[in-house]
Order: sequence, then C-alpha cells, then structure tokens
Amino acid sequence: MHIPDNFLSTPVWAALDAVAVPAVGLMIKRAGRDTDESRIPLLGVMGAFVFAAQMINFPVGVGTSGHLVGGALLACTLGIAPASLVMTAIIAIQAIVFQDGGILALGANVFNMAIVGVLLGGWPYRTWGAASKKRAIFLGAFLSVMASGSLALGELTLSGIAMPRPLALTSLGLFAISALIEGAITISVVQVLERMNPRFVPAPERPRGPALATFGAAALLLGLAGFLIASRLPDGIQNLGLQLGLASKTAFHSPLADYSAGSFDSLWLRRATAGLAGLLLIYSVCAATARVIGRRRSA
Amino acid sequence: MTPLIEVRDLSFEYEDGTRALDGVNFRLQEGETVALLGANGSGKTTFVLQLNGILKGQGSVTVCGMPLIPENLAAIRSRIGMVFQDSDEQLFMPTVLEDVAFGPMNQGLSAEQALSRAKSALAQVGLDRVAERAPYHLSAGEKRQVALAGVLAMQPEILVLDEPTTFLDPPAQRNLYQLLRELPQAKLIVTHNIRFAAAIATRAVFFERGKLVADGPLQEIIDRFGWNYADLPAADLRYAAHRRF
Amino acid sequence: MHHVLMDQWSRGSSPLHARDARAKILALLVFLIVLATTAPQAYSTLVIDAIVLAAAILIARLPLGNLLLRAAVVLPFSILFGAISWLMGDPVRGQGLVEKSYLSTVSVLIVVGTTPFAALLQGMESLGAPRLLILLAQFVYRYLFVISEQAQHMRIAAASRQGARNQRHRRSRLHAASGALAVLFARSYQRAEGIHRAMLARGFSGRFSTLEGRAFRLSDGLFTAAVAAFLIVVRVQ
Repeated sequence: MHIPDNFLSTPVWAALDAVAVPAVGLMIKRAGRDTDESRIPLLGVMGAFVFAAQMINFPVGVGTSGHLVGGALLACTLGIAPASLVMTAIIAIQAIVFQDGGILALGANVFNMAIVGVLLGGWPYRTWGAASKKRAIFLGAFLSVMASGSLALGELTLSGIAMPRPLALTSLGLFAISALIEGAITISVVQVLERMNPRFVPAPERPRGPALATFGAAALLLGLAGFLIASRLPDGIQNLGLQLGLASKTAFHSPLADYSAGSFDSLWLRRATAGLAGLLLIYSVCAATARVIGRRRSA
Repeated sequence: MTPLIEVRDLSFEYEDGTRALDGVNFRLQEGETVALLGANGSGKTTFVLQLNGILKGQGSVTVCGMPLIPENLAAIRSRIGMVFQDSDEQLFMPTVLEDVAFGPMNQGLSAEQALSRAKSALAQVGLDRVAERAPYHLSAGEKRQVALAGVLAMQPEILVLDEPTTFLDPPAQRNLYQLLRELPQAKLIVTHNIRFAAAIATRAVFFERGKLVADGPLQEIIDRFGWNYADLPAADLRYAAHRRF
Repeated sequence: MHHVLMDQWSRGSSPLHARDARAKILALLVFLIVLATTAPQAYSTLVIDAIVLAAAILIARLPLGNLLLRAAVVLPFSILFGAISWLMGDPVRGQGLVEKSYLSTVSVLIVVGTTPFAALLQGMESLGAPRLLILLAQFVYRYLFVISEQAQHMRIAAASRQGARNQRHRRSRLHAASGALAVLFARSYQRAEGIHRAMLARGFSGRFSTLEGRAFRLSDGLFTAAVAAFLIVVRVQ
C-alpha cells in the first residue's frame, strides 16, 4: 500500500523520513560488507523482476485476483539486507516514475514495506527455515504484507485521516487476504525454483548475532502497533493521535484550524517534536538494545 | 609470426560434470576472420568465453603473447573485444554514451578521455546521434552496433562476436557486415548464419560435442558437414494461385 | 506506453529542461514541503501553488491535458478518503486532501517530465543519496521494461494456451502462474549472469566509475532560490 503525499500529517511523514534514513543506512552497511559492486546488477535485475512480477495476476477465484508484493521472496532468495535495499529502490522508482506513492511519504513507504516488510519477510525463514521451510516462508510472506499494510493504515489514522471503524476493519481484512495470497504465491514459486536449481533459494544462514531477532521483534511489535492503532481495538487509541500531537483535530470533533493562517504555531512545534521524539525513541531503544546485546555476546 | 591467440589442449567441465570442451587446439593469426560453426551446445560459446578468462578451463591459452593468468586478465580483456549474443545483457548502463565509455573507463582512462573515445567509437559505427538515449529504446540492430562501439572504444586487437546476426533483419545484417568488413582486427565469429559467414570469413572451425574436429577453408567445412541448406528446392509456385482465404 | 511518453517528454527542450537536475529536485522538495504544511483552508496559497505549476507546465512546453490526466492516478485514493472526511463532518479537510495530493502529483510529474531519469539519479547522488542505492535504482530502471515485456509475452503465450476449459481449477491456475513467475525469476537470474560476464569482458574489476555530471550553474542556483523564495513567501503570508 503506497501512501501518496498529503495524506500523512507533517509530524508523521517527517518522523518516518527521519527513521527511514538510518534504517536504510544500516541495511547498506549490512549488505555492502564487501566493497565489491559486482553483485549490484544481480540485485537490480531481481528488482526489475519483482516489479514485473507485481503486475502478474494470480487468480484467487470468484473474479478476484491477487498480486505478489515480493518482499519475502526477495528476502529468502537474496538475503534480508540486499532485499531491503532492492525494495527501497523499487519503492523510490514507483514514487518518482509512476507516481505510485508520495515523495515526502517515501520514508513511510520505505519503512513499511522495505524495512519492516522485508525484515518480517525474511526473519521466520532465517530463524525456522532449516526446520520447517514451507511454514517459515509462508509465515514470513504473510507477516510481511500484513504488517506493512497495518502500519500504513495506522500511520494514516495517526495523521487524522478520517477512518471510520468499518473502513479500517475492512481494509485490515483485505490486507489479511492479500497476506494469505502472498504466502501461497511465495511458497509456490519457491518450490518451483528449488526444483529448477537449488541455488536459487539458498539455505537460511544462521542468524549472525541477536541483532536480527531484536529488529525482527521490533518490526513485529511495530506492525502490531499499526494494526491496533488502525483498528482502534482499545477505544482510547483514537485519541492517541491527538495526545501525541501527531494529528490535527480530527473529523471526530469539530474541525478546528490547527495551524493559524500562515505562521508556524509554537504549540504545534512542541507537539510535533514530542511525536517525533517518541518514534525516534522507540527506534533508538531497539537499535541500542541490539548493539548492547551484540557486544555482550561477543565479549 | 606469433599468433594472436594460441590455445593448446583446452578442456572444460561444467559443475554438473558435462564435458563442454575436450582437448581443443586452435590458433588465430593477425588479420584472419574465422567462423566458429557447430551444433547448439557443441562448445562454441564456452570456447570463446575461455579466451578472456570468463570461464577457466585446463590447458593453455595465450593471447597476444600473454598467458591467461590472473595478473594478465585486465590486459587480455583490453585486447579481446567481445560482442555477446544478447545485446540487452551487454548494454547495461543508463545511456548509450555511458555504456560505450564503460570499457575505456575500466582501462584507466580519465572521464574526459573515455568520453572522447566513446564518441569516436559511436561515430565509427554511425550512431553518434543516439548517444544520450536509453538502450531500451533502440532497435535490435542499433543495440548490436552500440555493443560493437562499446568494444571498439577499448581499441582491441581481436574481435569476438557470438551469433551477431541474431534478431537482426536483413538490412541490419548488411549494415553489420559492412561495418565489420572495414575493421582491421582479427575476428572470431560464432554463427549459424552461413551466408553471413561466407561473406565475411574464409576460414572456419567446426565443433562437435566439445571437440574441435575440423579446421580449414569455410566452403570445405560447410560441404563436409552439410552445414548448409542451399540444396533445398525453391518453393513450388504452382499452388500459390489455388490458395483461398 | 507510459514510460516511452515520459522519456520523450524528458528529452524535450525548454528553459525548464535546461535546468540542472539538482536545481529542480531542490525546488520540488521546497514545493512539496510548503504544500504539505499548507492548511486546507488556505485557499489563496493553494491557488497560487496551482498557478505556479501551470506556469511551469507552459514554460516546459509539456502537454497540459495529458499531464493532468496522468496525475489523476492519485484521485481514486484521495477522493475515497476525501469523501469519507466530508461525510464525517470535515468537508474542508476532505477537499484539501484531494486538492493537495493532486497538486503534489502534478509537481512531481513536471520534474520527471523535464529531466531524464538517468540525470535525476545522478542529481540525487550528487545531493547525497547513497551510491549503492543509486546504482541499484539504475539497474532496476534499466531492466524493468525489458522484463515486464517478457512477462507480458509469457502471459499472452499462456492465455493462448488456455483453451475452452474455463479454469474451474483454481489450484492449477495458481500453479501455472507460479510456474510462470519462477521461469521469469530464472531467466532474470540468467540475464544477471550474462550481464556480469559482459561486465568482466570489458574490464570490470569491482567498482563502477562515474562520469562527471554537468556543472551547477548560476542560472540553476537563481532558479532554485527564486522558486523557493516565492513559495515560502506565499506560504507565510
């Protein structure tokens, strides 16, 4: 789900842009362990493959068809960090060339699909792939789509986009169906690929340190948070956006101009900073935890 | 006279054990144009990929007096210009000019020098007007010409072309023929296009299941292996008038 | 085809085409941020922004109708959410959503329509985008149309083999489609290996070298400064 510009409120898109930058930077570090750029054409071509694959219709019966998103497939065949970067490039091209998704919203879309989506797409395979390959891959594909969709919905809700309960629940339901389709297609394709040439689907590497598990868990929690926010299962969450200062007064209360006709309100700034700080805090805690654990382990 | 390429007892096996090349001996002299003929899978392309070290087999390969060892790879790849069968695999840069300049840049030239080499190579094949285009929008013939320019820009001594007339319509084939005719480099041409081979090569070698089984004048090889279909009768025009739609 | 058209547009000539990619990227970012922070009820600001875009389209000699039509891809999305906002009692917000998201799409189209994609990538790298990502995007873009066409051909070939039986067997269709996808994967992988061989044959030794982009000129700097200043002044009024 590619969020266009001007859907997310300024604190939300700005915060996500700020979060996406170090996240992508981390993926670059992990992927570019060798300064050898000769793998780039392979990654690029597989990115082009996913692009093309996203346009292929998979009949799911009764006149509906599904599409492959590809995050999990890429993660299982190329590795998580490279897959994440390939998805980032794809999302950027979709936004710039095809106007599918916004420019300022790139941080959000990259975070949802290329970071969280790919992390969750590959994490089950890495962790349990040796034991039960099929189930791990299916789970990864399912979580990948479910989480990125939920996050998108959650971000829209936090931004104050009017999201009546039935719409939110229907959307989440549709995401769940897409996620199941993604699982089915991914498994199906992986099986054919393995028969063609086992080296297309490399055996899951043993997780290098707990960083992956930590990030995976964080991604899962974020996805869950997105889901909860979007579905507003605990009713108080609809006010969460207001309290964090992330949303201007929503349609649920009388519309008030949050911004005066042109000047930046200092109150707005304070709230925006709070919201930004909140998200950055969650992110840094995860990153710091991963690093600390990693250091302890290697000591 | 030192041969440009000297291959002695070259053998090569793929990972799955298939013997792709078996004891191949071959020599290429300056100014020669040799056609490499043989059935699909007989080892022609595999052979050619050994010459610049992309595939590594057993036996000895010497190019321009240099043995094929890791230290000489860069120099050898400067001397052998290879045009691949699939032009889309060969033109991988965003614009034509960048692609043609790729080779010279890798040879250590400065950006300016590389660009000027690229421009003159493009002019040589008659395609300077497409310098800023993206390769995707070119026709098959144009792509083939740009690929050739990319190789000529490195100023090689030997040209290797793998099935160069694939996807080319007759005018494009003629164009390619005319271009190649003017070039002084020695040429190795893997091809199934017998007319093209006959126009451009005088010598041929024939591959059969990884072995180089014949080496001699092109017409002799063609006759000996029946590598032609000129003997097929002309279409029977009697029935043309009876066709109904 | 969409990309063919955009490619043609980006190779036209106009004062806007002549500007450095970086100048246009920066101007675009200012525009997008100004638009994003404009309240939906600040109608005068929105109108002026729209006029700026219209002027840009005219100066760039881009086909107005066609461009506005292309920007309409965002409308289904924005009209849906806009309508919901309206129904839930916030018509101004709903309207603003539709207007603003449309304007931002048009602005992106103008920049993309006056700058060849390769130049855009080069500009982004020059402005600090990570090299690895730029190279990746370069290759994805280069091969995305080639492989999409391949996928199309496979689809047509499969469709022409469908026969009279009207696919009651969902499972077999899933298998057929997955098989096609796997074949496309394999061919793409092989293509990548071919590219690697072609790179090696021309002396590639591990790093791509860059050609220098064009220099940033005074006219480019003035352009960006003028646009940015104008937009910010209008926004703050």
